[in-house]
Amino acid sequence: MATKQVLDIDYTKYNFHDTDENYEYKFPKGLTREVVEQISKIKNEPEWMLQFRLRSYEHYLKRPIPTWGGELTTLNFDDMLYYASPTQKKSRSWDDVPSYIKDTFDKLGIPEAERKFLGGVGAQYESEVVYHSLREDLAKKGVLFTDTDTALKEYPEIFKKHFGTVVPPEDNKFAALNSAVWSGGSFIYIPEGVSVDVPLQAYFRINTQNMGQFERTLIIADKNSRIHYIEGCTAPVYSTDSLHSAVVEIIAKPGAHVRYTTIQNWSNDVYNLVTKRAYAYADATVEWVDGNLGSKLTMKYPSIYLLGPRAKGEILSVAFAGKNQHQDAGGKVVHLAPFTTSRITSKSISKDGGRSTYRGLLHVAKGAKGVKSTVRCDALLMDEYSRTDTYPYNEINEDDATITHEATVGKIGEDQLFYLMSRGLSEQDALSMIVMGFMEPFTKELPMEYAIELNRLIQMEMAGSVG
Amino acid sequence: MPTTLEIKDLHVSIESKQILKGVNLKVAQGEIHAVMGPNGSGKSTLANTLMGHPKYKVDSGDILVNGESIIGMSPDLRARKGLFLAFQYPLEISGVPLAQFLRSAYRAVKGGEDKANSPAVKGGVGKANSPSPTGVGGEMISALAFKKKLEEKLKEVEMDPAFSKRYLNEGFSGGEKKRAEILQMAILEPAIAIMDETDSGLDIDAIRKVAEVVSSMAGPKMGVLLITHYQRILQYLKPQFVHIMVDGRIFQSGGIELAQLLEEKGYEWIEKEAVPTAS
Repeated sequence: MATKQVLDIDYTKYNFHDTDENYEYKFPKGLTREVVEQISKIKNEPEWMLQFRLRSYEHYLKRPIPTWGGELTTLNFDDMLYYASPTQKKSRSWDDVPSYIKDTFDKLGIPEAERKFLGGVGAQYESEVVYHSLREDLAKKGVLFTDTDTALKEYPEIFKKHFGTVVPPEDNKFAALNSAVWSGGSFIYIPEGVSVDVPLQAYFRINTQNMGQFERTLIIADKNSRIHYIEGCTAPVYSTDSLHSAVVEIIAKPGAHVRYTTIQNWSNDVYNLVTKRAYAYADATVEWVDGNLGSKLTMKYPSIYLLGPRAKGEILSVAFAGKNQHQDAGGKVVHLAPFTTSRITSKSISKDGGRSTYRGLLHVAKGAKGVKSTVRCDALLMDEYSRTDTYPYNEINEDDATITHEATVGKIGEDQLFYLMSRGLSEQDALSMIVMGFMEPFTKELPMEYAIELNRLIQMEMAGSVG
Repeated sequence: MPTTLEIKDLHVSIESKQILKGVNLKVAQGEIHAVMGPNGSGKSTLANTLMGHPKYKVDSGDILVNGESIIGMSPDLRARKGLFLAFQYPLEISGVPLAQFLRSAYRAVKGGEDKANSPAVKGGVGKANSPSPTGVGGEMISALAFKKKLEEKLKEVEMDPAFSKRYLNEGFSGGEKKRAEILQMAILEPAIAIMDETDSGLDIDAIRKVAEVVSSMAGPKMGVLLITHYQRILQYLKPQFVHIMVDGRIFQSGGIELAQLLEEKGYEWIEKEAVPTAS
């Protein structure tokens, strides 16, 4: 009935791509030992990193594909590109970025956002980061924000000390894959006591078909420091599959505060299989704010290990599963120290036969006294063809832990729609309003620009709901 | 020309059960009509049918706004024709602040066009970028002007300004919800307001306040179809017309004296009287 009015929101905004003919490197499809060695060689890496990659590759070969979660048998590993790079040059000014790549990020509004409200920006295109900047005053305070490859060369000590310590290659098959072929991603170090009051952002763009993007992000927040990092991801629509398999490691030292916000809107042919984990030491706080739109299959469970007394963890995730999409998301919190607290809030929307799954783990170790945790999962089903499941696992080994768990599944009622429509809102707008209201606990945590963008995306997703 | 709402020989059923069996009624802008009747006589069915609830099926008859049939029209289009329904049981919409909702509704009804990137849409929730229903001459309102208007109306219905930031009806008491309905009506300024038992669940002070607001709006500007079980509110809101509904029909129409008669004799009298005509 009212689909026309949302057409002025342009979904094609993300659906464009550049030719890959002039790429400096584009490996043949498939993963071999030679590919791993070649990546390391191009990057001119130290021997230990090559050995790390090869160890990871061996483990990747041995490790079976997970049989739980989403449908992974359709993912053809041999049909993927494991490394492609338009340029090896990393620019500090947008003027030095090849113009067609700059155009891409212009269309996505990155330089504009940088000017307006970001303290630093990284932009990754296929396998390599092509642009990086950090506000001068932050650099002067000793803040490091660069791409992960550069960090390996320029800050070898701090890099080697932390890299792979939170998510070892042996953690899971996709962590092993990432560790073998990783390229790009962000490296952040915040010195003791430094508070970064504006967000740092990285943007990840897959451009070509069958691309595998394997960025690797490492954030180290030293004692009593504070940082908010945002990542955004998109890709154009192809008829073949792409793979995004990232690893993110966060280390929040005593008293540090780290927030990591993700707004991903992958096209519907991307397998998004990501391992995100954080260590929070005494009195530290880690927050994952995780928005999952798009992709064919997402399997992602941001996790927090609360290692020191009074550490706090918060995971706030939303998932929107449309037609032919499966969002298998959730969170993991492991309480390993006394008086640690955590909260997991999961919101999912399933529509047009889409499927959303909440998969969560709450673990309280022996000796972790006085733990408090709240888990809340709300699912909204837009029609009877869609599906939602909840798999909460609790392993509580201390009697005095205070754990609450709440789960709801809702449908949009005829009466709610009638009520809003009686006030002049079209069916479309009424549906969008209910859905955006449902997501509000998530949206209100985003910087305003992102909240607006997310709401726009939801409206576009809702556009097909009204027949 | 004043807007008119005309109901002609309206037959309505829910899930094949016939509820309205031939209702005739005409309300013009500026008039206050009270529809009274015992429980189950079809009053709420009438209200919901007029607004276009999908559960109610019009079997025959017609509903005309300014002579144009609105049967088959969706509720939002009816709202844009100037109809408003104050709900008996207003629904709760989580996560949507009242002020934001009202601004979206205002733009939808008044036809103010708004661009997607309007800085006024905080958080973008409820962004009504719908085209003007009238095509031209839509009323644009700035965020600031709307805020002022809302503050004014909140004061008028004696609601705490804090309500404008709260989620629509969520956690409101029964009385607060009813007041919020009146607030919505005052903002949207409909040509014809249908009020479905707005007085039930309100204390006497609240009833007086509601009646005062409705009366002041009625004047020449708004027609009112007040559906009520009790004549309590009629002490404050003086209708020119009173209709008594029994078993899906208007059994008798008259002036305020009819309500007084009801007060004296009760609904039993009507039901006894109604038997011969209903058979």
